[in-house]
Amino acid sequence: MPVKEFVKPEFIKISDVVWDIHPDFKEGMRVPARIVATKKLIDQMDLQVYDQITNVATLPGIQKYAFCMPDGHSGYGFPIGGVAAFDVNAGGVISPGGIGFDINCGMRLVLTNLTHDEVKPHLKTLVEKLFKRVPAGVGSRGFIEISKQEFRDRVAVEGAHWAVDEGYGWPEDLERTELGGRADWADSSKISQKAIDRGYSQIGTLGSGNHYLEIQWVKPENIVNESLARKWGLFPDQVVVMFHCGSRGFGHQVATDYLVLFLSVMETKYGIKILDRELACAPFNSPEGQDYYTAMGCGVNMSFANRQVILHRIREVFSDFFKKSPEELGMHMVFDISHNRGTFEKHEVDGRVKELIIHRKGATGCYYPGREEIPEMYREDGSPVIIGGSMETGSYLLVGGPRARETFCSTAHGSGRTMSRTKAKKLVRGQELLEGLEQRGIFVKSVSFSGAAEEAGFAYKNIDDVVEATTLAGISLPVVKLLPLGNIKG
Amino acid sequence: MPYRFLEEHAISDVAFEAWGDTIEEMLQSAARALTNTMTEDVDKIERKITKEFDVEAANVEMLVFNFLQELIFFKDAERLLFSKFDLDVNEKEGRWHLSVKSYGEELSPEKHDLRADVKAVSFHNYRVEKTPGRWEADVILDV
Repeated sequence: MPVKEFVKPEFIKISDVVWDIHPDFKEGMRVPARIVATKKLIDQMDLQVYDQITNVATLPGIQKYAFCMPDGHSGYGFPIGGVAAFDVNAGGVISPGGIGFDINCGMRLVLTNLTHDEVKPHLKTLVEKLFKRVPAGVGSRGFIEISKQEFRDRVAVEGAHWAVDEGYGWPEDLERTELGGRADWADSSKISQKAIDRGYSQIGTLGSGNHYLEIQWVKPENIVNESLARKWGLFPDQVVVMFHCGSRGFGHQVATDYLVLFLSVMETKYGIKILDRELACAPFNSPEGQDYYTAMGCGVNMSFANRQVILHRIREVFSDFFKKSPEELGMHMVFDISHNRGTFEKHEVDGRVKELIIHRKGATGCYYPGREEIPEMYREDGSPVIIGGSMETGSYLLVGGPRARETFCSTAHGSGRTMSRTKAKKLVRGQELLEGLEQRGIFVKSVSFSGAAEEAGFAYKNIDDVVEATTLAGISLPVVKLLPLGNIKG
Repeated sequence: MPYRFLEEHAISDVAFEAWGDTIEEMLQSAARALTNTMTEDVDKIERKITKEFDVEAANVEMLVFNFLQELIFFKDAERLLFSKFDLDVNEKEGRWHLSVKSYGEELSPEKHDLRADVKAVSFHNYRVEKTPGRWEADVILDV
């Protein structure tokens, strides 16, 4: 594979955290590319990011800018951290590669009323128990046995509602999940049998790679917005649980099926030319576009169901161990939020309200106060946003800021890799890494040592830098920084 | 082991190049590279189960793509990993046909040092080519 050389574009500085690439940079760009990042983060991004985000700027129907968030790094097709809004009434497209293979991959944050001192002595036991109850790793299977038909008819259509109806969770969990825990546009007749076969036994599993489940704590000095933290149920020294996972093999197969379909019709039927096959797309208002949109909705639902069942297992483990009910332990969910999805939203563009299909690939939906997408209990404050860091550095709970309207309600999703997996694994042995972390008070249980090495903290950007950029840009503002205590990985 | 991981090509994903004197050898190499992405030592996968299937495509690129996707499918649907493949490729009137007999076993976290769960084969910088003397494939996997 020849190593491609990429040109560093000339940036037009709009502010300290907003940098544009002019459409003259590349033939076919319909709008500028806009990077939301500090100079420091821009310097850390690989040059392919700029090539990929300017490719996105060539897609039909794109509005205003092709955005790249502060944690941007190169992926395929869209960069990770890419955001693009397409006007569905002006030939705007939908692209599986702009949503990602892991449809509706996202984060969930759960509270407890336990303190650091109460949990710390039992940390290892708790992590071991969670590790047993929440399967992780290559090809892992869940504990729920359902038929393929039930998966198609209920899980793919009802999402987290299916899980709560089956007793895996509380009705209030649904109110604290984006979209109320269900993509109501899903149509499971648009799903291949292969997708069902791959995914129906994986409900309640984490997967691998950068997916994890983490016991975290609120170090008192890490509370940034005290009144909002209190309002959302967070307090000093509290222990919370955060996890990151998606739609597993089911979502991956849905994305693959439609990527292949779009490649076959895009140019011949719709005359769309693209610069990278991973940008394969079709008009949103076309039979293929609608089929993918409704199939993607099923992927969204699988991921909501998956995270709902995992939440139920976490409550069971804590309840068993502390001999108290999850209610007595105050195990309320704060929020469930996705960073890989295409969502139909209305936004004002140049003074006109437009219907847009917003692609966020490795970018979190982040709504400013008052938006109807925000559950009522949070609406006046802005949407809760969860940005997960590496297993060493910590994560953030933030709130949608007023300037999120300038990024189509989008912000960063994580730290963003700066180093390849292969290289990270060459630099550190998994076992040594985990021993080092344990000495620092972070207990990690991983299915695989090499998998853990690939996720070493040094392979990522500093999450504080990412949050600094979203704060300076006014798109998402920190509420609490959460530090890792125990971590489970695939 | 005619494949090589390319660390300079993919930051969040896994890139490899695979090659062979014949198309079947190249396919075997690509399949082992894919498996090696999921487990540290491909040869630790014993040949306890045989799976036979056919793959078809309109061109050789899609033939390789569909074959690798099929192996990803078996990893999720039946938890199977394979270490050896008997392969036979035919081209007839513009259709490519591959018949596969693969040997492997159910994956086990205790036995196989598992690495990353492969989600999909991506088309990014994807290439399958017959050069003078050998077949080559460049593949980036989403993990």
